[in-house]
Amino acid sequence: MSASTSLKTPRTALELQRIVVSKLGWMGCGIALLLVIAPLLDIVGVVTINGLSAFSVQLFTKNTGGTTNGLLNAMEGTVVITLFAMLIAVPIGIGAGIHLSEYGRDRLSSTIRFLSDVLTGTPSIVLGYFSFVVFIIGFGWGFSLAAAAITLAILIVPYLARITELALQQVPNSMREAAYALGATDSKVVFKVVLPAASAGVITGTLLGLAISVGETAPLIYTAGWSDFTWTGHFTHSPVAYLTYVIWTFIDQPDAHSHALAYAAAFFVMLVVLAINISVRLVVKRQKFA
Amino acid sequence: MIPAALCAVVLFLVVYSGQAMIFNGLHFVTNINWDLGDLYSDPVTVRGISVPQGASYGILVFIVGTLVSSGIAILIAVPLSIGAAICLAEAVPHRIRPALSMLVELVAVVPSVVFGLWGIAVLIPFIGHYLSPTGNGYGLLAASIVLALMITPIIASTLLDALLQVPKENRESAFALGATHFEVVSKAMLPMVRTTLIGGIVLALGRALGETMAVLMVSGGGINILPTSLFSPISTIASFIVSQLDSAEADPTNMSVRTLSEIALVLFIITLAVNAAAKLLTSGALNVRKH
Repeated sequence: MSASTSLKTPRTALELQRIVVSKLGWMGCGIALLLVIAPLLDIVGVVTINGLSAFSVQLFTKNTGGTTNGLLNAMEGTVVITLFAMLIAVPIGIGAGIHLSEYGRDRLSSTIRFLSDVLTGTPSIVLGYFSFVVFIIGFGWGFSLAAAAITLAILIVPYLARITELALQQVPNSMREAAYALGATDSKVVFKVVLPAASAGVITGTLLGLAISVGETAPLIYTAGWSDFTWTGHFTHSPVAYLTYVIWTFIDQPDAHSHALAYAAAFFVMLVVLAINISVRLVVKRQKFA
Repeated sequence: MIPAALCAVVLFLVVYSGQAMIFNGLHFVTNINWDLGDLYSDPVTVRGISVPQGASYGILVFIVGTLVSSGIAILIAVPLSIGAAICLAEAVPHRIRPALSMLVELVAVVPSVVFGLWGIAVLIPFIGHYLSPTGNGYGLLAASIVLALMITPIIASTLLDALLQVPKENRESAFALGATHFEVVSKAMLPMVRTTLIGGIVLALGRALGETMAVLMVSGGGINILPTSLFSPISTIASFIVSQLDSAEADPTNMSVRTLSEIALVLFIITLAVNAAAKLLTSGALNVRKH
C-alpha cells in the first residue's frame, strides 16, 4: 500500500508542461495530416460531382465547337497523342533501362543515369518550349501531332528507363547464370529470361508513363496547339485537341456550359490518372516491387 | 538517346536565344519592365540586331514571383508534411498506414491542371471572400497554397521513409529514459533524419519552381510590377512562358520568341542547381545512415 501511494506523488510543473506539449504536438501532427489529405478528397469530390452532372451522350459524339458541343475531338486527340508518345517512348525507355541494368557499370552509364535524373527534374514547360523552337519554328512543322508526341516521349523516357532498370536489377543473378550455362547468347538472356521475369515492373513503368502523358498540359500548349475538330490524320501542319487544354481554357469562359465541359474533361483525366496510379500501387505492394 | 535529348535541349535553347542574350545583356535579370515594343511599325536595329521599336525585356518580376511563391509554398508545406509524416509513422494504426500513405502520395499524381481547376473553383472564392482586402482571390497567396499542396507529398513521403528506417534501438533508449512518445519522435528521431528532410525540401523546391499550369491558373498573371502583398497578382517564369505564346508569335523580328527561349534557359539553370543540391544532400544522407 505504501508503495502505491508513494508512486502517486503529484506531478511537477515540468512534467505537466511536458505532457501538455506532447498532447499539443500530436494534435498539430493530426491536423497537418488532415490538411494534406482533405484537399485531395475535396478535389476528387468537386471534380467528380461537377463532372458527372455534366455527363451526357453528346460528350462522346460532338466536337467542342458550336453550341451543342461535346468533347469528342479532345478525347480523340488525347488518345492519339498518348498512343504515339508511348510508341516512341516505350522502345527507347526500355532499351535504355536494359542497357543501364545489364551493361551499366561503365562511366557512360553513370553519365546517362545522372543526365536522366536531370531530365526528370527539368520543368516540362522548358521541354515544351524547346520543342516549339526546334520542331515548330526550326523544322517548320507547325502545331502538330508529331511535335506533341515527341515532346511527351522525351518527358516519359527517363522515368521509364529508371523503373525498367530497377525492375531488371531485382531479377536474381542466378537466373542469368543458369541461362548462360544453357548456352544462351547475351541477347537471348536479356530478352527471353530477364525481361519476362521483370515484366511486371516494366509494365508498371509503362502505365505510369501513360498517366503522365494523359495529365500533362504545359508541354502540349507549345506543341499540339488546339483544334475544334478531330484529328485530320496528318502528323505535321495540323494542330490537335487534347483534354487538359479544355480544363485550362474553358474554365475561364463566362458560360456555364463551358465550365461543365471543363469539369467533364477534368473528371476523365483524373479518372485515368488516379485509376492507373492506384492499381499500380496495389499490384506493386502485392508483388514487392519497389 | 537520353543524353542526346538533354544536350539537344540545352544546345538549341542556347543557340536560339543567342541573339536575345546579346540584345538583353545582363540588364535582363535586373529589369522589371517587360514590353514587346511596337509590333506594327518597322523594326529598328540595335547593336546589329533587329528588334521592334521600344522593346524592353526584363524578367526580374518573374524571377521574384517564382522565388517568392515557391518560398512561401515551402514555408507552408514543411510544417504540414513534417506533421503528416510523424502522424503516419508513429500515430496511425499499422493496418491503415498503407492506405493513408497512399492517399498522401496520390496528391502528388493529380495533374497540375486539375489543381488549377480546384484552385479556381474552391480556393479563389475562399480567399477572395474571407482573406483578401480587395475581394480578389487571384494572386501570390493562392499560387503559394496550390504549390504547397502539390509539393507536400514529396517532402512527407521522403520523411516518412526516413522515419521508418530509424533504428529501433534509438527509439527504445529514448523511451527508456522516460521521454513521452512525442518527445521520442521530435527530439530523438527527427534530428536523425534531418539531412534527408532537407534533401526532400530542396527536391520539392525544384518541383515548385518549375510548376506551370496550376500557378498560371490562379496567380493573376501580374507583369511589370513587383509583388507588394500576399494578394498581389504575380507571374512565375514558367507561367509567363505559357501566357506569352500568342503575343510572342505576333513579333515579326522573332526577338520575343528568342527572349522567351532565354527565359526558359534561366528556369532550366535554376531548377538544375536546386536539383543538384537535392541530389548531393540526399546521397550524403544515405552515407551517414550506413555508418
